Amino acid sequence: MELFTNQILAGISTGAIYACMALAVVMIYQAIDHLNFAQGEMAMFSTFVSWQLMQWGVPYWGAFIITLAFSFAGGIVIERLLFKPLAKAPILTNVAGFIALFAIINSVAGLIWDFTIKQYPTPFGSHPFLGSQLISTHQAGMIGVTVLLLIALFFFFRFTRMGLAMRAAASLPESARLVGINTSWMIALGWGMAAAIGSIAGMLIAPVVFLEPNMMGGVLIYGFAAAVLGGLTSPFGAVIGGFLVGIFENLAGTYIPGVGNELKLPIALALIITVLVVKPAGLFGRPIVKRV
Amino acid sequence: MSAIDEVVTEAPAVEAVPKRAMTLGTGTSLIMLGLLILVPLFVKNFIIFQLTMLLIYGLAVLALNILTGGSGQFSLGQSAFYAVGAYTSAILIEHAGMNYALTLPIAGIICFGFGFLFGQPALRLSGVYLALATFALATAMPQLLKLGYFEHWTGGVQGLVVTKPDAPFGLKISQDMWLYYFTLAVTIAIYVFSVNLLRSRSGRAFMAIRDNEIAASAMGIDVALYKTLAFGVSAGITGVAGALGAIAVQFVAPDSYTITLAISLFLGMVVGGVGWLPGSIVGSAFIIFVPNIAEGISKGLSGAVFGVLLFLVIFLVPHGARQVAIVGQQLFAKLKKG
Repeated sequence: MELFTNQILAGISTGAIYACMALAVVMIYQAIDHLNFAQGEMAMFSTFVSWQLMQWGVPYWGAFIITLAFSFAGGIVIERLLFKPLAKAPILTNVAGFIALFAIINSVAGLIWDFTIKQYPTPFGSHPFLGSQLISTHQAGMIGVTVLLLIALFFFFRFTRMGLAMRAAASLPESARLVGINTSWMIALGWGMAAAIGSIAGMLIAPVVFLEPNMMGGVLIYGFAAAVLGGLTSPFGAVIGGFLVGIFENLAGTYIPGVGNELKLPIALALIITVLVVKPAGLFGRPIVKRV
Repeated sequence: MSAIDEVVTEAPAVEAVPKRAMTLGTGTSLIMLGLLILVPLFVKNFIIFQLTMLLIYGLAVLALNILTGGSGQFSLGQSAFYAVGAYTSAILIEHAGMNYALTLPIAGIICFGFGFLFGQPALRLSGVYLALATFALATAMPQLLKLGYFEHWTGGVQGLVVTKPDAPFGLKISQDMWLYYFTLAVTIAIYVFSVNLLRSRSGRAFMAIRDNEIAASAMGIDVALYKTLAFGVSAGITGVAGALGAIAVQFVAPDSYTITLAISLFLGMVVGGVGWLPGSIVGSAFIIFVPNIAEGISKGLSGAVFGVLLFLVIFLVPHGARQVAIVGQQLFAKLKKG
């Protein structure tokens, strides 16, 4: 029984990583109806920027804020330059665009910072949390930040004019335009916010998986799995999905024989497909009705 | 929350390509065929090997083209089918001592089955979700191949070495040259099959589904059947390509079949022009030669060069090589007149 609770705790702490990533994925999906395959790479790039700032002597929280601003601006610039012209293009073209972006960011990061693995500092320290061996203060901090982020997002979307405008632009663009919302900028804003959330995820994950250009590969798949499980239309669902995926991964690794580290990705695959087949809208998403 | 905000009008996944625009005219086809037969006689062995790979990747891109350009479904997971084909062939040759030519149809059939089964859940997914599911399949594949259970057969992380076949009937040509002509014959057969498939009743059903699923089902097309069938055929052809690839490279290992391969094939299709079958060979040339050129420009930047080129294609020639070919044709016609 103790093993079981410990595994659940460990699962929640890895789940926090996936929850952050899933939140970024869902943000952008809400704004543009596409899954951004380059989301992980954008987060990785932001993390490298913050690392570079710290190398130059900027303190952690200073670097954190600058990186957030940089990612936000970066997300908007990418949308304005590359994806705004593709808004009316078929899905296929958009997917190709995301993949191109993936390749460019990955390769540029490798060129600037090379492919060696780097240590990344944590502001929370890495002592055992409340005397538990399985969950460190960093992981506890990570869970805390994810939950805070979710609450902040909830308030933003529920109680601010801007949040309301963004929701309107996402659900009924034409009517939103009629009441005077600049829908095109709302999409750019969505990109900016997704990039910023992604950068938070990246900076929280980096102390655990270490910093290198390919650090996001596995995380992104799990982030997708979490987003799909929670429902692509629900930020709340994404976070819950993240924790559930983390717990599931740990329990499967402990109790199903033969499932170790080497089967991590197939598990994510199985999870994604099962959810999409059994309940395509996810746990908390709303089903989408198509107009014929 | 009213009912209306849950209703969306879906943008088409893939642009409609008319059936006639999918292939080349007879004259051009014959010229291409002549070139493909004659060129290897005048070049070095290494270039022959590259040409063989060109045909093999061309086949894989063609398979994706049937799926996406024909039936309007996505796949970022073609590397998984390619891997299954390659491993089937390698295992049959090395463990069962089977003739390499006989392994191709078996690889094709096994991949057809695999693709057909994977197409079952894919049925309920469209657009982005399908891209996501296949993306996950491609990422998971190398780990599945490394599994300890199958190590006796697959060679685990180390992979398997495949013996290169000699030319039969005592022909005095090099192994590379023989393999090239063998691949060419297979490629032509599959190309002809694909062209005829798309012109047949099934092909028309694919295209009807691509253009409007609901209208297609109203016309009496079994949407579920034809969608999975498209997946199966595409996977089958990719499997044959994978088997040929294993024989040509003489080696299979899990890490040769990563998501990078799937992405390359996808790029090849976009560059060649979605739905334009001859474009497959152009796309295949792009994915084989451009990384080399990019490495030449700047080592380590090949990914960026690749990505930038892809953006250029998307923005400047969204229909890929097909668009270039059409513009060229019009220029040619104008010159003839003037």
